[in-house]
Amino acid sequence: MSGAGPSQGANRAPPGGSAAAKPHAWGDRASAIARDTLAARAPFDRSLLLVAPATAFMLLLFIYPFLYGLILSFEPAEGGALANYRKFFTTDNLWPTIWTTLRLALPATLINVGVALPIAYKMRVKSRWQRWITTLLVVPITLGTVLIAEGMLTYFGPKGWLAQFLQLLHAYDGSIRLTHNYWGVLISLVISGFPFAFLLILSYVTGIDPVLARAASTLGADAKAQFRHIYLPLLAPGLAMCFCLAFVQAFSVFPSAVLLGAPAGPTRVISIAAYEAAFEQYDYSLASAIAMIMGFVQLIIVAVVLWLRNWFYKGPVTGGKG
Amino acid sequence: MKHDFSELRLDRVTRRFAASGGHVFNALSDMTLTIRRGEFIALLGPSGCGKSTALNCIAGLLPLSGGTIKLDDTRIDTLPPERRGFGMVFQNYALFPHMSVAKNIGFGLRMRGVASSAIAPRVANALKLVQLTGQEHKLPGQLSGGQQQRVAIARAIVIEPPLILMDEPLSNLDAKLRLETRSEIRRIHRELGRATIYVTHDQDEALSLADRIVVMKDGVVQQIATPQQVYAEPANLHVARFMGYRNVIDLAVIGERDGRVALEGPDFRLSGTRKLPLAGARAAVAIRPEEITIAGASDGDNVIAGRVDNVEYGGRDSLVDVVTAGGTRLHVRAGTHLQPGANVFVHVPAERVLVYPAEA
Amino acid sequence: MGDTTADSPASVPALRAYAGTPWSERAWRALLWGVMTLFLVNVGLMIAAVATNSFARRWLGTWLPQGWTATWYLDAWKEFQLGSVLWVTVEVVFAVVFLALLIGVPAAYTLARRSFAGKRALLLLFLLPLMVPPITYGIPLATVLYKAQLGGTLAGVILANLIPAAPFVILVMTPFIEQIDPNLESAARVFGANTPRMFWHVLVPLLAPGILAASLLVLVRTIALFELTFLTAGPDSQTLVVALYYAVFAAGVRAPQSVDAMAMIYMAVTLVWLLIALRFVNPTQLVSRVKEHPQGTL
Repeated sequence: MSGAGPSQGANRAPPGGSAAAKPHAWGDRASAIARDTLAARAPFDRSLLLVAPATAFMLLLFIYPFLYGLILSFEPAEGGALANYRKFFTTDNLWPTIWTTLRLALPATLINVGVALPIAYKMRVKSRWQRWITTLLVVPITLGTVLIAEGMLTYFGPKGWLAQFLQLLHAYDGSIRLTHNYWGVLISLVISGFPFAFLLILSYVTGIDPVLARAASTLGADAKAQFRHIYLPLLAPGLAMCFCLAFVQAFSVFPSAVLLGAPAGPTRVISIAAYEAAFEQYDYSLASAIAMIMGFVQLIIVAVVLWLRNWFYKGPVTGGKG
Repeated sequence: MKHDFSELRLDRVTRRFAASGGHVFNALSDMTLTIRRGEFIALLGPSGCGKSTALNCIAGLLPLSGGTIKLDDTRIDTLPPERRGFGMVFQNYALFPHMSVAKNIGFGLRMRGVASSAIAPRVANALKLVQLTGQEHKLPGQLSGGQQQRVAIARAIVIEPPLILMDEPLSNLDAKLRLETRSEIRRIHRELGRATIYVTHDQDEALSLADRIVVMKDGVVQQIATPQQVYAEPANLHVARFMGYRNVIDLAVIGERDGRVALEGPDFRLSGTRKLPLAGARAAVAIRPEEITIAGASDGDNVIAGRVDNVEYGGRDSLVDVVTAGGTRLHVRAGTHLQPGANVFVHVPAERVLVYPAEA
Repeated sequence: MGDTTADSPASVPALRAYAGTPWSERAWRALLWGVMTLFLVNVGLMIAAVATNSFARRWLGTWLPQGWTATWYLDAWKEFQLGSVLWVTVEVVFAVVFLALLIGVPAAYTLARRSFAGKRALLLLFLLPLMVPPITYGIPLATVLYKAQLGGTLAGVILANLIPAAPFVILVMTPFIEQIDPNLESAARVFGANTPRMFWHVLVPLLAPGILAASLLVLVRTIALFELTFLTAGPDSQTLVVALYYAVFAAGVRAPQSVDAMAMIYMAVTLVWLLIALRFVNPTQLVSRVKEHPQGTL
């Protein structure tokens, strides 16, 4: 929503004063004319300065570290510019972390988005259920990954309530382990990721005008057809975005992998490798390189998802009145 | 479903729902109406009168709380909307934003399993009927309001429904477009001859389009009649007010004989025609501004003296407020030019003074 | 259509019979409710397990502990120095909220009201920290902070947590500002107010609910934000969630019950603020990272 534009800001008089008032050298006169013209054309809107602190802050503390890290990754302690990257892909406890992390992040995201979609769709009608469930689901998100990890160790552990319950049903033969392994981390990713995906998809679904489904029903579309022809195409962009966000969140898994997983081996995710490089080996250059690789892999997956979305769904992204 | 029918019968159709605060709200009470094949019915009334509710009940988008809806001998109020087979035009068009015009129009045919090769010519025909040939591949977002409206109409008629439902289709258009599209709708109805139920709050639309008008208020049907009857003989005071009888005056009843009522105001007398049985000593009269004329003389029946208070120039005529000495305000549509402050006499024939029971 | 005699029933086929019996519809609905209930029940039990353990004297593999005690809380308090940790958390969180509002609200105002060259780039700049997970930019950030001698200090932690907080404030406040009629500002100017006074007398009072909402949201999120503090904090600038992590990490050495007691304290702190926040904001705002405008609304 655009405001009144630059003309509403504080109008300063042209700083040079009237150009004809005193005799100038040619350069002074030219610059004075330039100032007048510029001032007359686009007076400086001082209120734009309001955004300066935030911009400066972002540039200084987000863009600059990122660029610094990028450059640093090409300046290892020894070896050429690409030594860090070469080291990453040749060290046996480093490059498999990409696959390990993907093995966790992709299934978790698929589960989260795939299960959230039908449930959010069912909940699209505003009811007190919707409000209650929304509130209940917000709780695990705000409690955070660390608490979930500790809770899972207590509850899902070999002596926890879940194990005892399964034992009661004689479904537990003592060999199911859900903590300190891959499954523990996967479950924790689902617990922390599902509410987020659900709430995001719910906001998309409720944003679709229900009169469209009603119109479809008068034209003969039953509930399944309404979902397939009306809701799904309109949700496609949102679903893709939700997948990307959920994936990126899952790919960056860190405390769960340490606390709930087996960080030495099966759940050695890429963020652990980066952390170790930075704070145990004090090799900031390598750590930055690993962080860059991490970001890069995320970018690839996001690009693939968005490309798939465009490929499957050839319709327009926006609709409604232009 | 059938492709044509003899009659659609609404029998004591009722729709109730629980409103905030716990009490029950009657959106529609005991609506009984029979619609014949090919008829154009207008549901007319102010907002909240239940006309859209009735339409949604007929479409199946709202379940009934009571009563039945029958299409000839088949009871349809238990069917979901996708099985009733009626075409519907929504107030904000409800065009699918991700589908082209052609796909929007063809949607109903696709749902019925018509082969794509058969859909294309039907869509082309529908586009020709609403004069939008050439817009097949545009998206709704690229069309103007009037064009979107016509696509919505095409989408409803291409499935050749026995009944077309229209929910205030013209209310989002500007005045000029409204008139043009109104003629379009009339033309399409004449060409196709399909029964149509048309919801509106605009009495001009109802008068010009409908074969019969159903006037509604607060969920209750007030009058079902032809446009001429509703215009000239409103069944009660609500209908009269809605149809433009701007002068509604509370008067004392002096006497009555053979349907002629003698009434008395603070400083004038009137003779009027009784429309409903009266009770009590007072009555309300309804008079159209168009039927009051500026009188030449001060004597004669039904002549009232007053002073011109407010003049709204309207080109062909003016809307003049005439106030009597006793404070009664009359709205008069006068062809002659009058000055505020002038003293005038106005006359209205007794047949056009409609007398109803006084309001509570 | 063109042919007005096409009233014959064969011209448009009748509608297909309704596909899918009510039985399958009901089964599907039951399945969805089942999944949801399973999820909520398990999460609830998980939290309850932590709570029970924190009050347990000893608990080894039975349904309920063999005795109850509240001493673990005292132990945890002393062991993990929760007093100073809580104080640090308070300092960090309130500093972050204050600073985020200070730089975020004016920025949101400019973005909502003005259009200028580079506006879209600026919007992207502000959205990026919310779309990139903290670990990815945290490592380079920690490197820079340590180089700038801010690593391990309270100031460093505050700055690090500010990075996702300020954009979040901008994201939350922008719709609030857009909702305010721009004519109000014009009226204020006509009657003689310059920008700072207009802000103070007109905008801030009207924005109070939005500011409150943004503060609460930032507060709740910062308490729970682990990675950034973890990477930038020193031993005396840890927030509660980081201290909890270390406690769980070293759980082999310490009694798990005291760790759970600490977890309960952490949860209580978060829940209190969460409940306060939920009184004022819609639950979905707590998680929406990018407020996309949903497609398809007419």
